[in-house]
Amino acid sequence: MPQLSRRGLLAASVPAIGGAAAALHGVVPHPHPWEDAEAATHAHGGNGHAGHAAFRDGATVDHAANGFDPHAILRDFDWGTTRRTASGTVIREWELTAVDKEIEVAPGVRFAAWTYNGRIPGPTLRCREGERLRIAFGNGSSHPHTIHFHGIHPAEMDGVPGLGAGEIPPGGRTVYEFDALPAGLHLYHCHVRPLAEHIAKGLYGAFIVDPADGREEAEELVMVMNGFDTNFDRANEVYAANTIGFAYMDQPIAARRDELVRVYLVNVLEYDLINSFHLHGNLFDYFPTGTGKAPSELTDTVMLCQGQRGILEWRFPHPGRYMFHAHQSEFTELGWQGFFEVT
Amino acid sequence: MTTRDLPAWVLGLIPLALIAAAVAAFAALGGPGLGDRRGPPAEELAVERTVLEPGVIALTVRNDGPDAVTVAQAQVNDAFVQFTGADGPIGRLESAVVRIAQPWVEGEAYEVALLTSTGGTVAHEIPVAVATPDADLSFYGLMALLGIYVGVIPVALGMLWLPWVRRIPPSWLRAVMALTIGLLAFLAIDATLEGFELAGEGAQAFGGAALVLVGAAVAFLALSGVSAWLEQRRRTAAAAGASGGQLALLVATGIGLHNLGEGVAIGSAYSAGALALGAFLVVGFALHNTTEGLAIVAPMAHERPSPGRLALLGLLAGAPAVLGAWIGAAAFNASLAAFLFGFGAGAIVQVIVQLAPTLRDGTGRTLNPGAVGGLLAGMALMFVTGLLVSV
Repeated sequence: MPQLSRRGLLAASVPAIGGAAAALHGVVPHPHPWEDAEAATHAHGGNGHAGHAAFRDGATVDHAANGFDPHAILRDFDWGTTRRTASGTVIREWELTAVDKEIEVAPGVRFAAWTYNGRIPGPTLRCREGERLRIAFGNGSSHPHTIHFHGIHPAEMDGVPGLGAGEIPPGGRTVYEFDALPAGLHLYHCHVRPLAEHIAKGLYGAFIVDPADGREEAEELVMVMNGFDTNFDRANEVYAANTIGFAYMDQPIAARRDELVRVYLVNVLEYDLINSFHLHGNLFDYFPTGTGKAPSELTDTVMLCQGQRGILEWRFPHPGRYMFHAHQSEFTELGWQGFFEVT
Repeated sequence: MTTRDLPAWVLGLIPLALIAAAVAAFAALGGPGLGDRRGPPAEELAVERTVLEPGVIALTVRNDGPDAVTVAQAQVNDAFVQFTGADGPIGRLESAVVRIAQPWVEGEAYEVALLTSTGGTVAHEIPVAVATPDADLSFYGLMALLGIYVGVIPVALGMLWLPWVRRIPPSWLRAVMALTIGLLAFLAIDATLEGFELAGEGAQAFGGAALVLVGAAVAFLALSGVSAWLEQRRRTAAAAGASGGQLALLVATGIGLHNLGEGVAIGSAYSAGALALGAFLVVGFALHNTTEGLAIVAPMAHERPSPGRLALLGLLAGAPAVLGAWIGAAAFNASLAAFLFGFGAGAIVQVIVQLAPTLRDGTGRTLNPGAVGGLLAGMALMFVTGLLVSV
């Protein structure tokens, strides 16, 4: 479209003096375009989205090709393998490998990701308070990486460059070893510079330390809130919980009436200052970092900066579909929203 | 047997045949020695046309880059949206129409982002959303009316100076001719710059700014050819002293080609809703463009053209604006518009070349004080009246 020019302005002024022109044209701009039938069909009624933002109709992410399914990740807790020492201490071990892998982050959109064990988020590592943890890390990526755990551990086990094993070069190996402390919800991620890139590319996961006396029986779910900057402009093109946007819209998360639901919520979102979680038709008890026994708040919306996490607990008293999403509308409509289906 | 024994046409053909064989062999072997291309695919999509219908934003995109582009998802103002079209990869120089469902609101701004299969984004801004007029009969009627206001009426008004230029002494007439050239020079520069601006918006694969220069060269050469042909005919007919009419015809043609480009710009701007209204602007434009009419009649000061011939010249200069407005409103293409602006500029330059000898005074000097004064006055007139219609 040309810029406004003397030609343009001339033409513009023509209808103003020539009432005839307006009459001749006779087209009055439609004041409410959404009332149009076609618009209503596409934008509001459209094909099962019931008016919600969604990826293009008919296009879906190939979870099998990705090697992971966001619905499986929800309930996939990796307890590793354990053995007991002579003194009775439980040693819990995992094997994590950094892998460069192309991931379909939105239907038809491929992203050259960096992953732990070929999935984003990486495995949800789960253990009990006081256990001895050994995480063997092999770097199968073509870039140096580390695993930096949140929690209490010696400096040389911190997984940052220059301390302990430092950066693990491609083909390199190390073992991170420390005690599972404190009980709560933590996370792990790569800590190699440029930090934003190493995190945004997919090197992160949830790390759960159960209290020694356990938690109440519940339907437990893990949600790692993330996003992908597919065009490298340091802003995300797609947002999600567990990588694939709208995944829990297209297929709601099943929940049972009056059953305790517990969500382990971790925010690793890069490039945006904050993220949030909002639940429809209900309020939840919020346990920041999952370290305390008493909830800090009964609420329906929590805000988290990067690295912040917390445990959410609630029961659905009524059956039906209840939405949950980031309460930043932009993130919501760029993928980070879903449904619980309560029966 | 030596080459002397071969007919000339065979000698001309041999290099061509060798080139064709070399190209075929190179292609058949897959470019030996070049290896695979480096880096990720280069994706470039140019948005050539934006149409806003109630609830729908339709973008015509053209692949401007070397590799095929697949549009995987679309966003409007940071939200994923449903869309149809562009189902498969869009090949080089191919185009596709993406129809996006968006309950857009008049007067608001929208940023459309097409997300490609590699995660790249093609951003397109709609600064002010306005419904694109339906291209029905009444719309074409309105475009015709716009063209008449812009092209035909100002030119016709300007031609009313004919009786005056007949009465003035030769030295004054030379100054008026210089004024005309000044006006035309301003138009040529203006059209060239406008063309470059449009070229920047269009698909670069078609040549971008080079289109303007190519258009100018084509117009200049074509008009030179036509004028040489007219000159030859005039000599054959031995109809001495008819050069004034011929010059007027050339001026009218040049201005007509220029107005074609102007019409395209007006039509596209109108259909995109980029036009603001204001009666004073029309007055300003009338002053600005009537000078084009003066340019046509000035060379005919010593002739007695029939009213029919004058009307024809006026239409030749003004009516292309109507045609341009239709093209611009119905099928705007920035590359085409850039070419047309270049074409208009080239035509005007050719006209200036034709008119230049009429500036000569008794001593045979072209840039005599009267002519220089006229030239400067012409450019100043265009500049000042142009200010009336710019913001």
